[in-house]
Amino acid sequence: MSLLAHKHMLGLVDYSEQEITMILDTAMRMKDILDRPVKKVPTLRGVTVVNLFFEASTRTRISFELAEKRLSADTLNFSASGSSLSKGETLLDTALNIEAMKIDVVVMRHKSPGSPHFLARHLDSVIVNAGDGTHEHPTQALLDMLTLREKFGTLKGLRVCLVGDISHSRVALSNIIGLKTMGANVTLCAPATLIPRDVQKFGVDITHNLDEAIQNCDALNILRIQLERQTAGLFPSLREYQKYFGLTRERLAKASSPLTILHPGPMNRGVEITSDVADSEHSVILQQVTNGVAVRMAVLYLLAGAQPQPA
Amino acid sequence: MDYKVKSVLVDAAGFNRTITRLAHEIIERNRGTADLAFVGMQTRGVYLARRLAQKIAEIEQMNVPVGVLDTTMYRDDYRTALKQPKVQATEIPFDLYNMNVVLVDDVLYTGRTVRAALDALMDIGRPKRIQLAVLVDRGHRELPIKPDFVGRNVPTSMNEEVRVLMSEVDDEDSILLVEVTQS
Repeated sequence: MSLLAHKHMLGLVDYSEQEITMILDTAMRMKDILDRPVKKVPTLRGVTVVNLFFEASTRTRISFELAEKRLSADTLNFSASGSSLSKGETLLDTALNIEAMKIDVVVMRHKSPGSPHFLARHLDSVIVNAGDGTHEHPTQALLDMLTLREKFGTLKGLRVCLVGDISHSRVALSNIIGLKTMGANVTLCAPATLIPRDVQKFGVDITHNLDEAIQNCDALNILRIQLERQTAGLFPSLREYQKYFGLTRERLAKASSPLTILHPGPMNRGVEITSDVADSEHSVILQQVTNGVAVRMAVLYLLAGAQPQPA
Repeated sequence: MDYKVKSVLVDAAGFNRTITRLAHEIIERNRGTADLAFVGMQTRGVYLARRLAQKIAEIEQMNVPVGVLDTTMYRDDYRTALKQPKVQATEIPFDLYNMNVVLVDDVLYTGRTVRAALDALMDIGRPKRIQLAVLVDRGHRELPIKPDFVGRNVPTSMNEEVRVLMSEVDDEDSILLVEVTQS
């Protein structure tokens, strides 16, 4: 039984305000550990975590691995390239074979939405979603919320604007769900072609004017413009996107109050955000990375709890 | 689990006298307060540590620093506990290096929490010496851990518990012997 009502973390859509608060509070305690001379606790000794990454990842993968090591878990890393998947093995067979090696937790990233949910139905292990296609990326949203809560003290009533490719962003969906659960006001700012249909059902506002959005928010979460989408004709050119939706120092200067700038990374400097903004005093991008380790430690601690012990 | 109070072991006046005696013993054993620091274990150990520091300030006119320690991440029952506990704050706002640290807890029982606390302290710094002060030693040790300062030795059976109440969180100072009954 974990302290949370869920065995897995598949998406923030399952989590209540109380549960998210508990994760964020626990993450604050984990940050204390990261500031100590010995940045390691023995909590997950004996727990084996496999990082099952079927998609490229730098930050998330390193962050999870570091979180696992900080908690003294045994860590296995799997990457799809060079694995038996290339010999035709199915995702389920791969996962079942890994679980047969007596692992406890699977941290999974996959290009297909719903893949962690699929594994959760077939494995006994705890499943943590590290990003499933364009669906959810719950730990990224949690670290974004932790960063905002540290900065503003509360998420309730906070005005957060997500800027960029909302349609294809798992970060955006998890942020929308998480922030709304915590009582924040969320605005989406993007070209109409990058805003998903029916997104209003989440209770968000929509604007296509970044200058207008800047006047009415406390924090901007700038999403990576996925360059591979540029060829799909969803916007005319990177240059045009940068002109209308790129965050620049000049644009920021027009804000009525100082804004906090987040970005989940990796950044396309000069496209969705200019270097002088990314590296400015408004930016909390590196704090997000630090908080990522703490949040993932908290999630692993809270989910990888008591398992049935052999008699 | 239901609890039935069997007896009041210590009332408010006795509670204060016990704190006073412990404070005197700590000063005497450490030959004063040089390099002395308290680390209280969450939750009631923290209030006890603060009381001891306050008492020593009255006796010696010296302020002894007080830190707060949560041992949750160091417990050895993470995988067997029915529910892992909520992680509380650890705040030690002074350098432990070469300090005479007095670890403070309310009830000493199996010794496992103290073992966890020793591990946690070693990860945070390198004290010169660690001593253990407890308000109540109820016996049933499972590890070779012995307190340096004891408020009260209370022999108990396995179906009994010692409850320390403190005015900071419980509205009164007392030590109760309670019987645990399965509901």
